[in-house]
Amino acid sequence: MPEPDYVVPVVRSLDYTGLTFSRRQRKCEETEDGGKANGVFLWALLVVVIHPQTAFAVHDVVRAESAHAWWFWPVILFFFCFVLGVIAVLAGVGGGVLFVPLVSGFFPFHIDFVRGAGLMVALAGALAAGPGLLRRNLASLRLSLPVALIASACSIVGAMLGLYLSRLNPNIIQVCLGATICGIALLLLFSKNTDKPVVKKQDAIGLALGISGVYRDEATKELVEWKTHRTLVGLILFIFIGVLAGMFGLGAGWANVPVLNLVMGVPLKISVATSKFLLSITDTSAAWIYMNNGCVIPLMAVPSILGLMFGSLVGVRLLVLAKPKFIRYMVIGVLMFSGLKALDKGLGLRILG
Amino acid sequence: MTEKSLSEAARPMPEQITYANLLFLVVWVSILLMIVTYFAYVTNLVSPYVPIEVVQQHWTSSVGDYMHTTGAPHGWGWLRLLDTGDYLNFIGLTILALITILCYLVLLPGYIRQKDWIYTLICVLEVLVLSLAASGILGAGGH
Repeated sequence: MPEPDYVVPVVRSLDYTGLTFSRRQRKCEETEDGGKANGVFLWALLVVVIHPQTAFAVHDVVRAESAHAWWFWPVILFFFCFVLGVIAVLAGVGGGVLFVPLVSGFFPFHIDFVRGAGLMVALAGALAAGPGLLRRNLASLRLSLPVALIASACSIVGAMLGLYLSRLNPNIIQVCLGATICGIALLLLFSKNTDKPVVKKQDAIGLALGISGVYRDEATKELVEWKTHRTLVGLILFIFIGVLAGMFGLGAGWANVPVLNLVMGVPLKISVATSKFLLSITDTSAAWIYMNNGCVIPLMAVPSILGLMFGSLVGVRLLVLAKPKFIRYMVIGVLMFSGLKALDKGLGLRILG
Repeated sequence: MTEKSLSEAARPMPEQITYANLLFLVVWVSILLMIVTYFAYVTNLVSPYVPIEVVQQHWTSSVGDYMHTTGAPHGWGWLRLLDTGDYLNFIGLTILALITILCYLVLLPGYIRQKDWIYTLICVLEVLVLSLAASGILGAGGH
Protein backbone atom coordinates (compact mmCIF):
# COMPACT_ATOMS: atom_id res chain seq x y z
CA MET A 1 0.00 0.00 0.00
CA PRO A 2 1.46 3.40 -0.90
CA GLU A 3 2.58 5.63 1.92
CA PRO A 4 -0.02 8.35 2.60
CA ASP A 5 2.53 10.67 4.08
CA TYR A 6 3.15 13.03 1.20
CA VAL A 7 4.83 15.93 2.83
CA VAL A 8 7.55 14.80 5.17
CA PRO A 9 9.84 13.14 2.60
CA VAL A 10 9.75 16.37 0.64
CA VAL A 11 10.24 18.56 3.69
CA ARG A 12 13.37 16.53 4.36
CA SER A 13 14.85 17.77 1.12
CA LEU A 14 13.71 21.37 1.46
CA ASP A 15 15.58 24.20 3.08
CA TYR A 16 13.46 26.41 5.26
CA THR A 17 16.13 28.03 7.34
CA GLY A 18 19.00 28.76 5.04
CA LEU A 19 20.95 25.73 6.32
CA THR A 20 20.96 22.55 4.29
CA PHE A 21 19.30 19.53 5.83
CA SER A 22 22.37 17.35 5.23
CA ARG A 23 24.43 19.67 7.41
CA ARG A 24 21.92 19.33 10.19
CA GLN A 25 21.73 15.60 9.70
CA ARG A 26 25.52 15.31 9.93
CA LYS A 27 25.52 17.37 13.09
CA CYS A 28 22.90 15.09 14.63
CA GLU A 29 24.82 12.00 13.63
CA GLU A 30 28.00 13.41 15.17
CA THR A 31 26.23 13.97 18.48
CA GLU A 32 24.33 10.72 18.65
CA ASP A 33 23.87 10.78 22.43
CA GLY A 34 22.64 14.33 22.32
CA GLY A 35 20.37 13.29 19.48
CA LYS A 36 18.90 10.44 21.52
CA ALA A 37 18.37 12.76 24.46
CA ASN A 38 16.66 15.21 22.13
CA GLY A 39 14.56 12.35 20.79
CA VAL A 40 13.37 11.35 24.26
CA PHE A 41 12.62 14.99 25.02
CA LEU A 42 10.72 15.33 21.77
CA TRP A 43 8.58 12.27 22.43
CA ALA A 44 7.81 13.43 25.96
CA LEU A 45 6.89 16.86 24.62
CA LEU A 46 4.68 15.44 21.91
CA VAL A 47 2.86 13.05 24.19
CA VAL A 48 2.18 15.77 26.74
CA VAL A 49 1.13 18.51 24.36
CA ILE A 50 -0.83 16.61 21.78
CA HIS A 51 -2.75 14.46 24.24
CA PRO A 52 -6.45 15.34 24.54
CA GLN A 53 -6.14 15.44 28.33
CA THR A 54 -3.68 18.32 27.98
CA ALA A 55 -6.20 20.07 25.79
CA PHE A 56 -8.83 19.62 28.48
CA ALA A 57 -6.36 20.90 31.08
CA VAL A 58 -5.85 24.03 28.96
CA HIS A 59 -9.61 24.33 28.73
CA ASP A 60 -9.96 24.11 32.50
CA VAL A 61 -7.39 26.84 32.88
CA VAL A 62 -9.39 28.95 30.41
CA ARG A 63 -12.40 28.72 32.69
CA ALA A 64 -10.33 30.15 35.50
CA GLU A 65 -9.14 32.92 33.18
CA SER A 66 -9.99 35.86 35.37
CA ALA A 67 -7.52 34.63 37.97
CA HIS A 68 -4.57 35.22 35.63
CA ALA A 69 -2.45 38.25 34.87
CA TRP A 70 -2.68 39.66 31.34
CA TRP A 71 0.64 38.07 30.30
CA PHE A 72 -0.53 34.56 31.11
CA TRP A 73 -2.31 33.87 27.80
CA PRO A 74 0.32 35.37 25.48
CA VAL A 75 3.01 33.31 27.22
CA ILE A 76 0.94 30.10 27.07
CA LEU A 77 0.08 30.85 23.46
CA PHE A 78 3.75 31.33 22.54
CA PHE A 79 4.78 27.97 23.98
CA PHE A 80 1.68 26.23 22.65
CA CYS A 81 2.42 27.59 19.16
CA PHE A 82 6.08 26.66 19.49
CA VAL A 83 5.09 23.04 20.04
CA LEU A 84 2.49 23.27 17.27
CA GLY A 85 5.26 24.50 14.96
CA VAL A 86 7.43 21.48 15.83
CA ILE A 87 4.53 19.08 15.34
CA ALA A 88 3.34 20.72 12.12
CA VAL A 89 6.73 20.19 10.47
CA LEU A 90 7.06 16.64 11.74
CA ALA A 91 3.53 15.74 10.64
CA GLY A 92 3.87 17.53 7.32
CA VAL A 93 0.89 19.86 7.75
CA GLY A 94 0.67 23.65 7.80
CA GLY A 95 0.54 25.62 11.04
CA GLY A 96 -2.83 27.27 10.34
CA VAL A 97 -4.74 24.03 10.05
CA LEU A 98 -3.68 23.05 13.59
CA PHE A 99 -3.76 26.54 15.05
CA VAL A 100 -7.36 27.55 14.28
CA PRO A 101 -9.24 24.49 15.59
CA LEU A 102 -7.02 23.99 18.65
CA VAL A 103 -6.80 27.62 19.73
CA SER A 104 -10.49 28.29 19.06
CA GLY A 105 -11.43 25.12 20.95
CA PHE A 106 -9.25 25.48 24.02
CA PHE A 107 -8.28 29.14 24.42
CA PRO A 108 -10.50 32.03 25.52
CA PHE A 109 -10.20 34.07 22.30
CA HIS A 110 -13.21 34.68 20.05
CA ILE A 111 -13.14 32.78 16.75
CA ASP A 112 -12.81 36.08 14.81
CA PHE A 113 -9.42 36.79 16.40
CA VAL A 114 -8.31 33.17 16.13
CA ARG A 115 -8.96 33.18 12.37
CA GLY A 116 -7.14 36.50 11.96
CA ALA A 117 -4.12 35.20 13.88
CA GLY A 118 -4.36 31.82 12.09
CA LEU A 119 -4.02 33.49 8.70
CA MET A 120 -1.06 35.57 9.86
CA VAL A 121 0.56 32.40 11.25
CA ALA A 122 0.03 30.51 7.97
CA LEU A 123 1.20 33.53 5.98
CA ALA A 124 4.39 34.01 8.01
CA GLY A 125 5.27 30.30 7.70
CA ALA A 126 4.69 30.31 3.94
CA LEU A 127 6.68 33.50 3.42
CA ALA A 128 9.59 32.15 5.45
CA ALA A 129 9.65 28.93 3.39
CA GLY A 130 9.29 30.77 0.06
CA PRO A 131 12.90 31.85 -0.59
CA GLY A 132 14.34 28.31 -0.32
CA LEU A 133 11.62 26.86 -2.53
CA LEU A 134 12.04 29.54 -5.21
CA ARG A 135 15.84 29.37 -5.29
CA ARG A 136 15.71 25.62 -5.87
CA ASN A 137 13.01 26.09 -8.49
CA LEU A 138 10.81 23.60 -6.62
CA ALA A 139 7.98 26.11 -6.34
CA SER A 140 6.90 26.55 -9.94
CA LEU A 141 5.89 30.10 -10.84
CA ARG A 142 4.21 28.92 -14.05
CA LEU A 143 1.95 26.72 -11.96
CA SER A 144 1.60 29.08 -8.98
CA LEU A 145 0.65 32.31 -10.70
CA PRO A 146 -2.61 31.30 -12.43
CA VAL A 147 -3.68 29.16 -9.46
CA ALA A 148 -2.82 31.92 -6.97
CA LEU A 149 -4.86 34.48 -8.89
CA ILE A 150 -7.98 32.32 -8.60
CA ALA A 151 -7.36 31.22 -5.01
CA SER A 152 -6.46 34.67 -3.69
CA ALA A 153 -9.49 36.33 -5.30
CA CYS A 154 -11.73 33.61 -3.86
CA SER A 155 -10.11 33.77 -0.42
CA ILE A 156 -11.24 37.41 -0.25
CA VAL A 157 -14.80 36.22 -0.87
CA GLY A 158 -14.28 33.46 1.74
CA ALA A 159 -12.95 35.93 4.32
CA MET A 160 -15.86 38.31 3.80
CA LEU A 161 -18.35 35.45 3.92
CA GLY A 162 -16.71 34.11 7.09
CA LEU A 163 -16.93 37.48 8.80
CA TYR A 164 -20.53 37.92 7.68
CA LEU A 165 -21.55 34.50 9.02
CA SER A 166 -19.68 35.19 12.23
CA ARG A 167 -21.68 38.41 12.66
CA LEU A 168 -24.92 36.52 12.11
CA ASN A 169 -24.01 33.78 14.56
CA PRO A 170 -20.48 32.59 15.48
CA ASN A 171 -21.85 29.08 15.99
CA ILE A 172 -22.40 28.78 12.23
CA ILE A 173 -18.66 29.26 11.73
CA GLN A 174 -17.87 26.81 14.55
CA VAL A 175 -20.06 24.12 12.97
CA CYS A 176 -18.68 24.69 9.45
CA LEU A 177 -15.13 24.76 10.86
CA GLY A 178 -15.73 21.53 12.76
CA ALA A 179 -17.08 19.77 9.68
CA THR A 180 -14.18 21.07 7.55
CA ILE A 181 -11.55 19.99 10.10
CA CYS A 182 -13.06 16.48 10.34
CA GLY A 183 -13.04 16.37 6.52
CA ILE A 184 -9.37 17.43 6.47
CA ALA A 185 -8.49 14.70 8.99
CA LEU A 186 -10.16 12.11 6.75
CA LEU A 187 -8.48 13.56 3.65
CA LEU A 188 -5.06 13.30 5.34
CA LEU A 189 -5.87 9.76 6.42
CA PHE A 190 -7.05 8.42 3.07
CA SER A 191 -5.35 10.48 0.34
CA LYS A 192 -2.75 8.44 -1.53
CA ASN A 193 -0.51 10.84 -3.37
CA THR A 194 1.71 9.78 -6.23
CA ASP A 195 5.39 10.65 -6.35
CA LYS A 196 5.56 11.15 -10.12
CA PRO A 197 2.13 10.95 -11.76
CA VAL A 198 2.02 9.87 -15.40
CA VAL A 199 0.68 12.63 -17.65
CA LYS A 200 0.47 11.26 -21.19
CA LYS A 201 -0.92 14.33 -22.90
CA GLN A 202 -1.11 17.88 -21.65
CA ASP A 203 -4.54 19.53 -21.94
CA ALA A 204 -5.19 22.69 -23.95
CA ILE A 205 -5.32 25.09 -20.98
CA GLY A 206 -2.12 23.72 -19.46
CA LEU A 207 -0.47 24.01 -22.86
CA ALA A 208 -1.72 27.55 -23.46
CA LEU A 209 -0.46 28.68 -20.05
CA GLY A 210 2.78 26.75 -20.48
CA ILE A 211 2.33 24.99 -17.15
CA SER A 212 5.23 22.56 -17.30
CA GLY A 213 8.76 22.43 -16.06
CA VAL A 214 11.88 20.52 -15.16
CA TYR A 215 13.31 19.94 -11.69
CA ARG A 216 16.32 18.17 -10.28
CA ASP A 217 15.43 15.26 -7.99
CA GLU A 218 18.13 15.47 -5.33
CA ALA A 219 17.49 11.87 -4.22
CA THR A 220 18.11 10.29 -7.64
CA LYS A 221 20.14 13.17 -9.14
CA GLU A 222 18.00 13.03 -12.26
CA LEU A 223 16.24 15.82 -14.10
CA VAL A 224 12.50 15.24 -14.15
CA GLU A 225 10.18 16.83 -16.73
CA TRP A 226 6.58 17.43 -15.77
CA LYS A 227 3.37 18.86 -17.22
CA THR A 228 -0.27 19.05 -16.17
CA HIS A 229 -3.53 17.50 -17.25
CA ARG A 230 -7.13 18.22 -16.11
CA THR A 231 -5.97 21.83 -15.61
CA LEU A 232 -9.47 23.30 -15.85
CA VAL A 233 -10.82 20.95 -13.15
CA GLY A 234 -7.87 21.84 -10.94
CA LEU A 235 -8.41 25.56 -11.42
CA ILE A 236 -12.12 25.20 -10.57
CA LEU A 237 -11.25 23.29 -7.39
CA PHE A 238 -9.00 26.18 -6.35
CA ILE A 239 -12.11 28.38 -6.23
CA PHE A 240 -13.41 26.25 -3.34
CA ILE A 241 -9.99 25.99 -1.71
CA GLY A 242 -9.65 29.78 -1.76
CA VAL A 243 -13.08 30.27 -0.22
CA LEU A 244 -12.40 27.73 2.57
CA ALA A 245 -8.95 29.18 3.30
CA GLY A 246 -10.40 32.67 3.67
CA MET A 247 -13.50 31.64 5.56
CA PHE A 248 -11.72 29.70 8.30
CA GLY A 249 -8.22 31.23 8.25
CA LEU A 250 -6.77 27.77 7.86
CA GLY A 251 -4.15 28.08 5.15
CA ALA A 252 -4.86 25.46 2.53
CA GLY A 253 -1.86 23.16 2.10
CA TRP A 254 -4.07 20.21 3.06
CA ALA A 255 -6.15 20.80 -0.09
CA ASN A 256 -3.55 22.29 -2.45
CA VAL A 257 -1.32 19.22 -2.53
CA PRO A 258 -3.99 16.61 -3.39
CA VAL A 259 -5.43 18.84 -6.13
CA LEU A 260 -2.05 19.64 -7.69
CA ASN A 261 -0.79 16.08 -7.39
CA LEU A 262 -3.82 13.84 -7.86
CA VAL A 263 -5.98 15.99 -10.12
CA MET A 264 -3.48 17.97 -12.18
CA GLY A 265 -0.70 15.35 -12.26
CA VAL A 266 2.07 17.52 -10.84
CA PRO A 267 4.98 15.59 -9.23
CA LEU A 268 4.73 15.40 -5.45
CA LYS A 269 7.83 17.49 -4.74
CA ILE A 270 6.66 20.29 -7.00
CA SER A 271 3.13 20.02 -5.56
CA VAL A 272 4.28 20.36 -1.95
CA ALA A 273 6.68 23.21 -2.66
CA THR A 274 4.25 25.06 -4.93
CA SER A 275 1.47 24.59 -2.36
CA LYS A 276 3.59 26.17 0.37
CA PHE A 277 4.49 29.07 -1.90
CA LEU A 278 0.85 29.45 -2.98
CA LEU A 279 -0.16 29.98 0.65
CA SER A 280 1.99 33.08 0.77
CA ILE A 281 -0.24 34.62 -1.92
CA THR A 282 -3.66 33.14 -1.06
CA ASP A 283 -3.34 33.95 2.64
CA THR A 284 -2.13 37.48 1.92
CA SER A 285 -5.45 38.56 0.41
CA ALA A 286 -7.54 36.93 3.15
CA ALA A 287 -5.20 38.24 5.87
CA TRP A 288 -5.79 41.80 4.64
CA ILE A 289 -9.55 41.41 4.96
CA TYR A 290 -9.19 40.17 8.55
CA MET A 291 -6.62 42.83 9.40
CA ASN A 292 -8.70 45.67 7.97
CA ASN A 293 -11.70 44.44 9.97
CA GLY A 294 -9.77 44.51 13.24
CA CYS A 295 -9.44 40.72 13.67
CA VAL A 296 -5.69 40.83 14.27
CA ILE A 297 -4.88 41.67 17.90
CA PRO A 298 -1.10 42.06 18.29
CA LEU A 299 -1.20 40.84 21.91
CA MET A 300 -2.17 37.33 20.73
CA ALA A 301 -1.14 37.36 17.03
CA VAL A 302 2.54 38.20 17.52
CA PRO A 303 3.35 35.43 20.06
CA SER A 304 1.44 32.99 17.84
CA ILE A 305 3.46 33.91 14.76
CA LEU A 306 6.79 33.92 16.59
CA GLY A 307 6.05 30.70 18.49
CA LEU A 308 5.04 28.83 15.37
CA MET A 309 7.99 30.10 13.33
CA PHE A 310 10.57 29.21 15.97
CA GLY A 311 8.83 25.86 16.50
CA SER A 312 9.04 25.15 12.76
CA LEU A 313 12.78 25.85 12.78
CA VAL A 314 13.25 23.37 15.64
CA GLY A 315 10.90 20.90 13.92
CA VAL A 316 13.10 20.86 10.79
CA ARG A 317 16.08 20.02 12.99
CA LEU A 318 14.19 17.24 14.77
CA LEU A 319 13.03 15.59 11.55
CA VAL A 320 15.95 13.13 11.62
CA LEU A 321 14.92 11.83 15.03
CA ALA A 322 11.19 11.64 14.55
CA LYS A 323 8.92 8.90 13.34
CA PRO A 324 6.80 11.00 10.99
CA LYS A 325 4.19 8.33 10.32
CA PHE A 326 3.33 7.97 14.02
CA ILE A 327 3.25 11.75 14.53
CA ARG A 328 1.10 12.11 11.45
CA TYR A 329 -1.49 9.67 12.80
CA MET A 330 -1.42 11.50 16.15
CA VAL A 331 -2.05 14.81 14.38
CA ILE A 332 -4.91 13.27 12.39
CA GLY A 333 -6.37 12.09 15.71
CA VAL A 334 -5.99 15.55 17.25
CA LEU A 335 -7.51 17.21 14.17
CA MET A 336 -10.49 14.86 14.32
CA PHE A 337 -10.88 15.56 18.04
CA SER A 338 -10.65 19.34 17.63
CA GLY A 339 -13.07 19.16 14.67
CA LEU A 340 -15.57 17.29 16.83
CA LYS A 341 -14.94 19.81 19.64
CA ALA A 342 -15.77 22.70 17.26
CA LEU A 343 -18.94 20.86 16.15
CA ASP A 344 -19.85 20.24 19.77
CA LYS A 345 -19.30 23.92 20.64
CA GLY A 346 -21.16 25.20 17.58
CA LEU A 347 -24.14 22.91 18.08
CA GLY A 348 -24.20 23.72 21.81
CA LEU A 349 -24.11 20.03 22.79
CA ARG A 350 -21.31 20.48 25.38
CA ILE A 351 -20.54 16.75 25.30
CA LEU A 352 -16.80 17.41 25.02
CA GLY A 353 -16.69 20.01 27.77
CA MET B 1 15.13 17.46 -24.83
CA THR B 2 18.87 17.04 -24.39
CA GLU B 3 20.50 16.91 -20.96
CA LYS B 4 21.93 20.42 -21.50
CA SER B 5 18.59 21.98 -22.46
CA LEU B 6 16.90 20.18 -19.54
CA SER B 7 19.47 21.65 -17.13
CA GLU B 8 18.83 25.04 -18.67
CA ALA B 9 15.07 24.61 -18.19
CA ALA B 10 15.54 23.55 -14.56
CA ARG B 11 17.18 26.88 -13.77
CA PRO B 12 14.91 29.61 -12.35
CA MET B 13 14.63 32.93 -14.19
CA PRO B 14 16.66 35.79 -12.66
CA GLU B 15 13.53 37.60 -11.41
CA GLN B 16 12.58 34.48 -9.45
CA ILE B 17 15.90 34.65 -7.58
CA THR B 18 15.37 38.36 -6.93
CA TYR B 19 11.88 37.49 -5.62
CA ALA B 20 13.42 34.89 -3.28
CA ASN B 21 16.16 37.22 -2.04
CA LEU B 22 13.75 40.07 -1.44
CA LEU B 23 11.34 37.75 0.38
CA PHE B 24 14.10 36.36 2.59
CA LEU B 25 15.31 39.81 3.58
CA VAL B 26 11.91 41.36 4.18
CA VAL B 27 10.47 38.40 6.13
CA TRP B 28 13.34 38.39 8.60
CA VAL B 29 13.32 42.17 8.94
CA SER B 30 9.59 42.05 9.72
CA ILE B 31 10.07 39.24 12.24
CA LEU B 32 12.78 41.27 13.94
CA LEU B 33 10.54 44.34 13.93
CA MET B 34 7.72 42.29 15.45
CA ILE B 35 9.98 41.13 18.30
CA VAL B 36 11.18 44.68 19.04
CA THR B 37 7.76 46.35 18.83
CA TYR B 38 6.07 43.59 20.83
CA PHE B 39 8.68 43.98 23.55
CA ALA B 40 8.10 47.76 23.60
CA TYR B 41 4.35 47.11 23.80
CA VAL B 42 4.20 44.53 26.58
CA THR B 43 6.83 46.24 28.72
CA ASN B 44 4.88 49.50 28.37
CA LEU B 45 7.94 51.27 26.93
CA VAL B 46 5.43 52.73 24.50
CA SER B 47 1.94 53.18 25.97
CA PRO B 48 -0.80 51.29 24.13
CA TYR B 49 -3.93 52.86 22.62
CA VAL B 50 -6.10 50.10 24.11
CA PRO B 51 -4.79 49.13 27.58
CA ILE B 52 -3.67 45.50 27.72
CA GLU B 53 -6.12 44.70 30.51
CA VAL B 54 -8.99 45.97 28.33
CA VAL B 55 -7.80 43.80 25.43
CA GLN B 56 -7.77 40.81 27.79
CA GLN B 57 -11.31 41.56 28.98
CA HIS B 58 -12.69 41.80 25.45
CA TRP B 59 -10.85 39.21 23.37
CA THR B 60 -13.68 36.79 24.11
CA SER B 61 -16.14 39.15 22.36
CA SER B 62 -16.80 39.24 18.62
CA VAL B 63 -14.66 41.61 16.59
CA GLY B 64 -17.62 43.99 16.18
CA ASP B 65 -18.15 44.30 19.92
CA TYR B 66 -14.42 44.56 20.53
CA MET B 67 -14.01 47.39 18.03
CA HIS B 68 -17.05 49.20 19.38
CA THR B 69 -15.95 48.92 23.03
CA THR B 70 -12.28 49.72 22.57
CA GLY B 71 -12.63 52.31 19.81
CA ALA B 72 -10.01 50.43 17.78
CA PRO B 73 -9.60 51.77 14.22
CA HIS B 74 -10.73 50.00 11.03
CA GLY B 75 -8.66 49.57 7.87
CA TRP B 76 -5.57 51.74 7.73
CA GLY B 77 -6.74 53.91 10.64
CA TRP B 78 -3.93 52.41 12.73
CA LEU B 79 -1.43 54.60 10.82
CA ARG B 80 -2.62 57.55 12.89
CA LEU B 81 -1.80 55.58 16.05
CA LEU B 82 1.81 54.68 15.34
CA ASP B 83 2.86 56.44 18.52
CA THR B 84 1.05 53.77 20.55
CA GLY B 85 2.56 50.45 21.61
CA ASP B 86 -0.17 48.17 20.27
CA TYR B 87 -0.45 49.71 16.80
CA LEU B 88 3.32 49.93 16.48
CA ASN B 89 3.15 46.14 16.07
CA PHE B 90 1.22 46.61 12.85
CA ILE B 91 4.38 47.77 11.08
CA GLY B 92 5.84 44.23 11.10
CA LEU B 93 2.47 42.61 10.38
CA THR B 94 1.78 44.98 7.49
CA ILE B 95 5.20 44.41 5.94
CA LEU B 96 4.49 40.66 5.99
CA ALA B 97 1.19 41.24 4.25
CA LEU B 98 2.57 43.74 1.69
CA ILE B 99 5.69 41.91 0.58
CA THR B 100 3.92 39.68 -1.96
CA ILE B 101 2.66 42.71 -3.89
CA LEU B 102 6.21 44.05 -4.07
CA CYS B 103 7.54 40.65 -5.19
CA TYR B 104 4.98 40.46 -8.00
CA LEU B 105 6.17 43.84 -9.24
CA VAL B 106 9.69 42.37 -9.33
CA LEU B 107 8.46 39.53 -11.57
CA LEU B 108 6.76 41.81 -14.09
CA PRO B 109 9.84 43.02 -16.03
CA GLY B 110 10.93 39.40 -16.65
CA TYR B 111 7.62 38.44 -18.22
CA ILE B 112 7.49 41.66 -20.24
CA ARG B 113 11.04 41.03 -21.52
CA GLN B 114 10.04 37.50 -22.57
CA LYS B 115 6.90 38.95 -24.23
CA ASP B 116 4.89 36.50 -22.14
CA TRP B 117 1.73 38.58 -22.17
CA ILE B 118 -0.51 36.02 -20.44
CA TYR B 119 1.73 35.91 -17.38
CA THR B 120 2.24 39.67 -17.51
CA LEU B 121 -1.53 40.04 -17.33
CA ILE B 122 -1.78 37.48 -14.52
CA CYS B 123 0.86 39.41 -12.52
CA VAL B 124 -0.96 42.71 -13.06
CA LEU B 125 -4.31 41.17 -12.06
CA GLU B 126 -2.78 39.62 -8.93
CA VAL B 127 -1.31 42.97 -7.89
CA LEU B 128 -4.76 44.51 -8.37
CA VAL B 129 -6.48 41.75 -6.35
CA LEU B 130 -3.99 42.03 -3.47
CA SER B 131 -4.09 45.83 -3.57
CA LEU B 132 -7.89 45.75 -3.46
CA ALA B 133 -7.76 43.43 -0.43
CA ALA B 134 -5.17 45.66 1.25
CA SER B 135 -7.01 48.89 0.46
CA GLY B 136 -9.64 48.32 3.15
CA ILE B 137 -12.44 49.01 0.69
CA LEU B 138 -13.81 45.49 1.03
CA GLY B 139 -15.79 44.95 4.17
CA ALA B 140 -13.80 47.20 6.52
CA GLY B 141 -15.94 49.16 8.86
CA GLY B 142 -18.90 46.92 8.46
CA HIS B 143 -19.32 46.09 12.10
